[in-house]
Amino acid sequence: MRIFYSVFGAALLTASASLAEVKLEVTYLKVEQELPPVLSNLDPIPLDLGLAGAEVGLKDNSTTGRFLGHSYALTVVQVALGEDPALAALGALETSPFVVIDAPGDVLRVIADLPEAENALLFNAASGDNALRDGECRANLLHTLPSDAMRTDALAQFFVKRRWDRLVLVEGTHPDDSAYAASLRGSLTKFGLKLRSEKTWAFDADMRRNAAQEVPLFTQDLKDHDVLLVADEIHDFGRYIAYNTWDPRPIAGSEGLTAVAWSEVVEQWGAAQLQSRFEDHADRHMKPEDYGAWAAMRVLGEAVTRTNSADPATLRDYILGPDFELAGFKGRPMSFRPWNGQLRQPIALVHPRAMVAMAPLEGFLHPVSELDTLGRDQPETNCTAFEGN
Amino acid sequence: MRAPFPRLMTALLALGITTQAGAEEIWVSNEKDDTISVIDVATLEVVRTIPTGERPRGITFAHDYSVVYICASDSDAVQVMDPETGKILRDLPSGEDPEQFVLHPDNRHLYIANEDDAITTVVDTETRRVVAQIDVGIEPEGMAVSPDGKYVITTSETTNMAHWIDTATQELVANTLVDSRPRHAEFTVGSNEMWVSAEIGGTVSVFDVESKAEKTKIEFEIKGVHPDRVQPVGFEFTEDEKTVFVALGPSNHLAVVNAETYEVEEYILVGRRVWHMAFNGDKTLLFTTNGVSGDVTVVDVAKRQAIKTIKVGRFPWGAALRP
Repeated sequence: MRIFYSVFGAALLTASASLAEVKLEVTYLKVEQELPPVLSNLDPIPLDLGLAGAEVGLKDNSTTGRFLGHSYALTVVQVALGEDPALAALGALETSPFVVIDAPGDVLRVIADLPEAENALLFNAASGDNALRDGECRANLLHTLPSDAMRTDALAQFFVKRRWDRLVLVEGTHPDDSAYAASLRGSLTKFGLKLRSEKTWAFDADMRRNAAQEVPLFTQDLKDHDVLLVADEIHDFGRYIAYNTWDPRPIAGSEGLTAVAWSEVVEQWGAAQLQSRFEDHADRHMKPEDYGAWAAMRVLGEAVTRTNSADPATLRDYILGPDFELAGFKGRPMSFRPWNGQLRQPIALVHPRAMVAMAPLEGFLHPVSELDTLGRDQPETNCTAFEGN
Repeated sequence: MRAPFPRLMTALLALGITTQAGAEEIWVSNEKDDTISVIDVATLEVVRTIPTGERPRGITFAHDYSVVYICASDSDAVQVMDPETGKILRDLPSGEDPEQFVLHPDNRHLYIANEDDAITTVVDTETRRVVAQIDVGIEPEGMAVSPDGKYVITTSETTNMAHWIDTATQELVANTLVDSRPRHAEFTVGSNEMWVSAEIGGTVSVFDVESKAEKTKIEFEIKGVHPDRVQPVGFEFTEDEKTVFVALGPSNHLAVVNAETYEVEEYILVGRRVWHMAFNGDKTLLFTTNGVSGDVTVVDVAKRQAIKTIKVGRFPWGAALRP
């Protein structure tokens, strides 16, 4: 484990930090993950993925805080491969109950279940794990990144709206691909759609050189369809499917039309300002994981601003309460689902050059919030950890 | 909504508007066209289109109307234009990404919100120098000046505050929290109030200038429109300050608010994503910029009805009267 550095937001800004009455210390805990090899070398993963978003969120909070006597600090803890994330989390919890975590779902479960974390306020800023928002939810774990179900529901709404209802699926073999494909199937069922045929992609040839020969044959026996769905969350083969299919059809899912928490092509609703603040800071585009971490910091900042407190229980009550709202640059106020700790938010449907739509799409109605048409809703939730909120 | 010409003429005549040449104009900045559309108030037609710097947003005239100031956001300049010729006379230093500004009653100092820099820049239009730069919250936008010139307000969209600048010292004297994404501010003369709209919060907060305490908060509700889409942005007071017209963004409506009881009396359907507004000289007509539909809606103030839609450039943003 390496503790990288501490940024004391208030000290960066003005001397008024000495007047600070409320000080919020946050740990950003990044658990490195083994990445499977992929065909293409085109997508380097930024070293500061997620962290850069937390840093921009820290700056935003600190600027607001200096007018109110609130100061913010961020400590970064990085857990290398082979190291014990639980140990790192214990260390972090000794300093502060507020931890923003970039880790896969199974690690999140372990950390949230530590006895020392019982009264902590943990943020999942990087995992779309559906079960963590459902039957395996934890009362001390809030989610600022959308669940996979919210993303696949957004796609399903789009297909219903466009009446592109003849769908087929090509699925990769990585567990992340299967999880995403399962989420897609769930969303299609929820919105009354069905897959006409499914195939698993298990080629080990180099598609950079022979996609033009392999993909047309592979897709030839799929039933007639409007859209070809691709479940390739590790971004291995999906990029070689487009324009190589037997039938000329658009692709969606992990490639083509994708449903994301954030993308550099989001520019309305003041998003251009957040994009430029981020790009000035990190020298690259803002990605969904950056958005998840930024939102977690801003959720905490907004709660401190409104409650004038750094007490985790006070902040948690306010965050899950009816008065909380966060301006997330996606056109609608964002708030938390009190039954499972998920941040309600619009989902952008994008291709690499532009945003196509922002879900929830018009016409998908809901008695409480249209945002709750995306992801598991209260009546069908299996999450009980939040009862009594 | 397009009224046929004869009916429009009747409406205009009923309002006592004459159609002589050289009459009033409404100047509209088109954010994505880098132009200004000039609307003749008498004919309700675009009579001139004037090129500007990149991404024009805030627009305001000098008190004697000898020049017009334009925030050319992406050119990082405030441009000074001769309204007769449409020629850019000079650029004023403005700080980066000037979005909106307000001219002090001294007719000399411009207070400019620098959206990307969390700064309010004060520029002396005579010496063309920056007099002060004041640190404010993230994404400063709305700007207002009190009638006596004592206070300037900057609202910051992400910090969610109205920052009160004392113009004598150019320092912040108060920072008041409002709801999410405050966009626009205005002072009243009679009631000594300062109003702030919060776009994402969906509210307008009313402050007492003396105590700087919030007096009340106005909420909006339009039948058939989801509350998330009711997003107050620009607003304008009628001459008697008894009524406020509030632009409600993507709900495509204006709210008519009683400024004494703070109650919403009516909603008027206008163009898509209504932004800012300007009155004609006697405040009988209100012109709204509709960002998404690229047009301006003309509202009959007395009847509270939209009477005409005028096509302008892409993404109309600001509006200002030239008498």
